[in-house]
Amino acid sequence: MRVPLSWLREYVDLPAGVTGRDVQAKLISAGLEVETVEQLGAGLKGPLVVGRVLTIEELEGFKKPIRFCTVDVADANRTGEPQEIVCGARNFAVGDLVVVILPGGVLPGDFQIAARKTYGHTSHGMICSARELGMGDDHDGIIVLPPGSEPGTDAIELLELVDEVLDIAVTPDRGYCLSLRGVAREAAIAYGVPLRDPALLDVPAHNGDGYPVRIAAPDGCDRFTARTVTGLDPEAASPIWLQRRLQKVGMRPISLTVDVTNYVMFELGQPLHAYDRTRIDGPIGVRRAQPGEKLTTLDGAERVLDAEDLVITDDSGPIGLAGVMGGAHTEIADGGSTDVVIEAAHFAPIPIARTSRRHKLGSEASRRFERGTDPLTTSAAAQRTVDLLVGLAGGTAEPGVTEIVSPAGPRTIAMPADHPDRVAGTEYGRETVVRRLQEIGCDVLGSDELTVTVPSWRPDLAYPNDLAEEVIRLEGYENLPSTLPQPPAGRGLTESQLLRRRVGRALAGAGYVEAPSYPFVGAEVFDQLGLDADDERRRTVRLANPLDGTEPALRTTLIPGLLGTLRRNSGRGAHDLALFETGLVFLPAAERVAPPRLPVDRRPTDEEIAALQAALPDQPRRVGAVLAGARELPGWWGAGHTASWADAIEAARTVAREAGVELTVRAGRYAPFHPGRCAVLLAGEQVVGHAGELHPRVTKAFGVPGRTSAMEIDLDLVEQAGGERASGPRVSTFPVATQDVALIVDADVPAAEVEGALRAGAGELLESVRLFDIFTGPQIGEGRKSLAYALRFRAPDRTLTAEEASAARDAAVASAATRTKATLRGA
Amino acid sequence: MSAPNKSYDPVEVEALKPEAIERMRSDALAAVAAAGDLEALTHVKTAHTGGGSPLALANREIGALPPQAKAEAGKRVGQARGAVNQALAARQAELEAERDARVLVEEAVDVTLPYDRRTAGARHPLTTLSERIEDIFTAMGYEVAEGPEVEAEWFNFDALNFPPDHPARETQDTFFVEGAGGSGESGVVLRTHTSPVQIRALLERELPVYVIAPGRVYRSDELDATHTPVFAQVELLAVDEGLTMADLKGTLDHMVVSLFGEGMTTRLRPNHFPFTEPSAEMDMLCYVCRGASVGNPDRPCRTCSSEGWIELGGCGVVNPRVLTACGVDPEKYSGFAFGFGIERMLMFRHNVEDMRDIVEGDVRFTLPFGMEI
Ligand SMILES: [Zn+2]
Repeated sequence: MRVPLSWLREYVDLPAGVTGRDVQAKLISAGLEVETVEQLGAGLKGPLVVGRVLTIEELEGFKKPIRFCTVDVADANRTGEPQEIVCGARNFAVGDLVVVILPGGVLPGDFQIAARKTYGHTSHGMICSARELGMGDDHDGIIVLPPGSEPGTDAIELLELVDEVLDIAVTPDRGYCLSLRGVAREAAIAYGVPLRDPALLDVPAHNGDGYPVRIAAPDGCDRFTARTVTGLDPEAASPIWLQRRLQKVGMRPISLTVDVTNYVMFELGQPLHAYDRTRIDGPIGVRRAQPGEKLTTLDGAERVLDAEDLVITDDSGPIGLAGVMGGAHTEIADGGSTDVVIEAAHFAPIPIARTSRRHKLGSEASRRFERGTDPLTTSAAAQRTVDLLVGLAGGTAEPGVTEIVSPAGPRTIAMPADHPDRVAGTEYGRETVVRRLQEIGCDVLGSDELTVTVPSWRPDLAYPNDLAEEVIRLEGYENLPSTLPQPPAGRGLTESQLLRRRVGRALAGAGYVEAPSYPFVGAEVFDQLGLDADDERRRTVRLANPLDGTEPALRTTLIPGLLGTLRRNSGRGAHDLALFETGLVFLPAAERVAPPRLPVDRRPTDEEIAALQAALPDQPRRVGAVLAGARELPGWWGAGHTASWADAIEAARTVAREAGVELTVRAGRYAPFHPGRCAVLLAGEQVVGHAGELHPRVTKAFGVPGRTSAMEIDLDLVEQAGGERASGPRVSTFPVATQDVALIVDADVPAAEVEGALRAGAGELLESVRLFDIFTGPQIGEGRKSLAYALRFRAPDRTLTAEEASAARDAAVASAATRTKATLRGA
Repeated sequence: MSAPNKSYDPVEVEALKPEAIERMRSDALAAVAAAGDLEALTHVKTAHTGGGSPLALANREIGALPPQAKAEAGKRVGQARGAVNQALAARQAELEAERDARVLVEEAVDVTLPYDRRTAGARHPLTTLSERIEDIFTAMGYEVAEGPEVEAEWFNFDALNFPPDHPARETQDTFFVEGAGGSGESGVVLRTHTSPVQIRALLERELPVYVIAPGRVYRSDELDATHTPVFAQVELLAVDEGLTMADLKGTLDHMVVSLFGEGMTTRLRPNHFPFTEPSAEMDMLCYVCRGASVGNPDRPCRTCSSEGWIELGGCGVVNPRVLTACGVDPEKYSGFAFGFGIERMLMFRHNVEDMRDIVEGDVRFTLPFGMEI
């Protein structure tokens, strides 16, 4: 809402010298978001006067048409002689009134005007366009003023060129501030001065002689005022002051009748509509549309109506979308209409909002109705419109007045007088509370228990807290005390929250950089990952209105996002990269159910909450990591180490270990991994993730370095598998007995199986097993490998004898022999 | 004690003459002193104290002396041997010390060599800043509450007193989840704020409720220097008997002091949110200029554009209708809530100028933030 300070002053006596910035600060403090204060005409300096064009000589031989004019500026040039001016615009004729800046004047933008030679003549000044004067109009031609002004008149004053305009972002609860009347009320309170309410007009009562109106949808329209003005001069143009005010609030002047209805809407907040009476056929009606009915609105669009749409009708059918936009057929004619019917109605917010959204059609009217207009203003707004039309276009107000009113009592709120005190945590006292409520237009009765009748323009006031807010904001939020409540003792972070932090620290400690990515994906990502057509991960939660049409779905795996980040880093010249992300993936339920529409006037039942929950996709938390380049750099210390599948698996182990889970690793085949370098990760028998080197086709498709490795693990599952508290081991202080064994097995026997067999056979004395070497070669035999293990034995209560240690080792080897067909090397 | 020897050898006796022993002793000491390293000293030791050394031979001769000469010769030889051994030991220690010192010198390295064998990792500053805020409040007794990112409209809007078709819903730039048959009317959205966690916390927890809820939220804004469609928020909710707007103010003040240091404060400005009433916009004092840049063109402040205050987010007293929707008696309980974006906080707390740096995952951006923020 744009509010010219000059217009605001018409209703509020702001102290002399108060600037737009001062008013801005006051209104912000009162809760209006005044975003900017525009300085109109800043830097403008006269002489800037009205001139009448006396002669026009077309100059030939130039690239563009040029006119040499003489203009009567009366005594403004101190000679009274016609002023000679060269002008490039063509939209004026001899006899027109124009705006002339004379030498010595300055236009906005520090444009100094002086007499100058141009096109073979001396131009003594300039004929101005709206843009040059900072009037913000969009067309390029010069201003031609409506008749009535005298040459020589100061145009700065006439056109109110110097002004300040506040631009207010009106929050949805303050619909009344979409009017000068509403903002003036706030300004009056802020400055402690009286308000001259422009809606306080004497209005005639319903008399049965007005234009007939039938309301068939009283739930959507509880008030309808219709007034008729006849005999309007169709040639009458809007006066300059009216045009200027409309321009300043951001409306384009169109025709007198339309301008007047717009003007009154900005003044009082009541949208109005004017119908050409000669084009209405029979009584005006308000009803719901019949499904499929059609209406061409003022913007020229033909709209198919919905059964919920509220429409204005005549005998021919719909003639307007109520509260949103009128129809083209009954529009005020271009040249102006002589007889008009004025509609000032109160429409319910929700149907207007729905219609506006359904037809993607917002208007100044719908913005106001959606937020709630003042139902008691319809008659005053109609009267104001009638007055202006009569005054400006020589019309006659017909005596007939139609006022259709659904009876509704005033709205009251019961509130303890100390309620604002209790909400604020400070003491205002009853007297202040009552005074502040009266300032905003409430009637207040009672002492300890107040009965507050709220003003008709404040539909947002419905509960005691709404009233408390009014008192607190007017008393100043800045005056609230600052106190600290004492919550009961809390239990700190949950195990799950602690785990997430540990995982992050562990991975970062291991050299990974956290890189959260957007969860939006397109279907091609799954092809790039090489997923089968029926892979579960292709089933996604889709967005109805994605930002990027190529990424309409939510991720089902973290790997594409991480690869995108890897690619970006690598494209920027980083080669040795280890990234991780912890985040949700979104897995649609097998069967999609819509959530129930639950009420909000009570707590939902457990069943209702469960039904809401069931409508949501499964959203497990995953940890993913990707690596490329060197995991350890080469340098003066020796060789480096290239990141590999093993690092990826270790990253998964690092995550699981933080949850107290030792992962079991099995070879597997799973996209997007290299079929021979893919690990299935298990917690017990539950698959919790995968890790390994990415398939060469995948690295190529994503444009990441070859041999990039990755892992993804379900943190929720890992957490469920873990959670057992570590119990302190008894530390034996007896000496350790170390035995090394080298076992030869078939090359395809997984090392994990050999180790498992050794552990199983070694018995309780085994303290640890460590694979310290793998050897292949002719000595071992084709298709065979030798695994060298260090076994450490120790007893809790004695020093082991050599025989005991050897026996345990032999048992371990025997177990490996049985389970993995291992033979002892050198045996 | 041997018997008197009457048939002694005068030549042998010559070797035990004092001058001879003195010569052996001085020869030995000179050799010890001349030994330049431990190996030479070993040779010296063998030559002058070994079985074939002159002093050892002389010692053996003593037995052949007449009794009256034995004592004196024995004493003389013994003293000489003692002196030689002592010199040997001293020289040994001296040479060992020299050797040790030399080895340490030889083993010296260039300790200024770089060691970037393993590259560093880091956690994302959005994560660590969220945690830091969590920690401020868990220290006061708050707990950390959570909720899903794909959320039912009832939690995201209805229960928060955004009535259906109310213009306030339009301001949220909501991503809607596609419903059956591709419609947008699924009743499910990407949560537009962390406020639905308020509802979940009130439904799931025993009163009083004091929770902080960080999380990812979504708005359909294009990514640019100041906007991102996916961002992080922190929500706070306190519902108890007798909580007031002054408590909200105090809690905010405590938070900015914890995050930015003593002397920091906040300012509330009236605003409108459906789920709070009264509602406010919260600003914090500019921690850089502390307001000194306002109206002072000589000291402009980039952080706050010389406004003196930095806009943080929205807050207010929990709307009693929200409590009602959660089955909490608004006659008995009241509460306050606030929410703000972590990205913005990160931007001005850590001088980040472009939102894209926060979201793009460039390791050069993240690494300096390390493990904690
Ligand atoms: Zn500052």
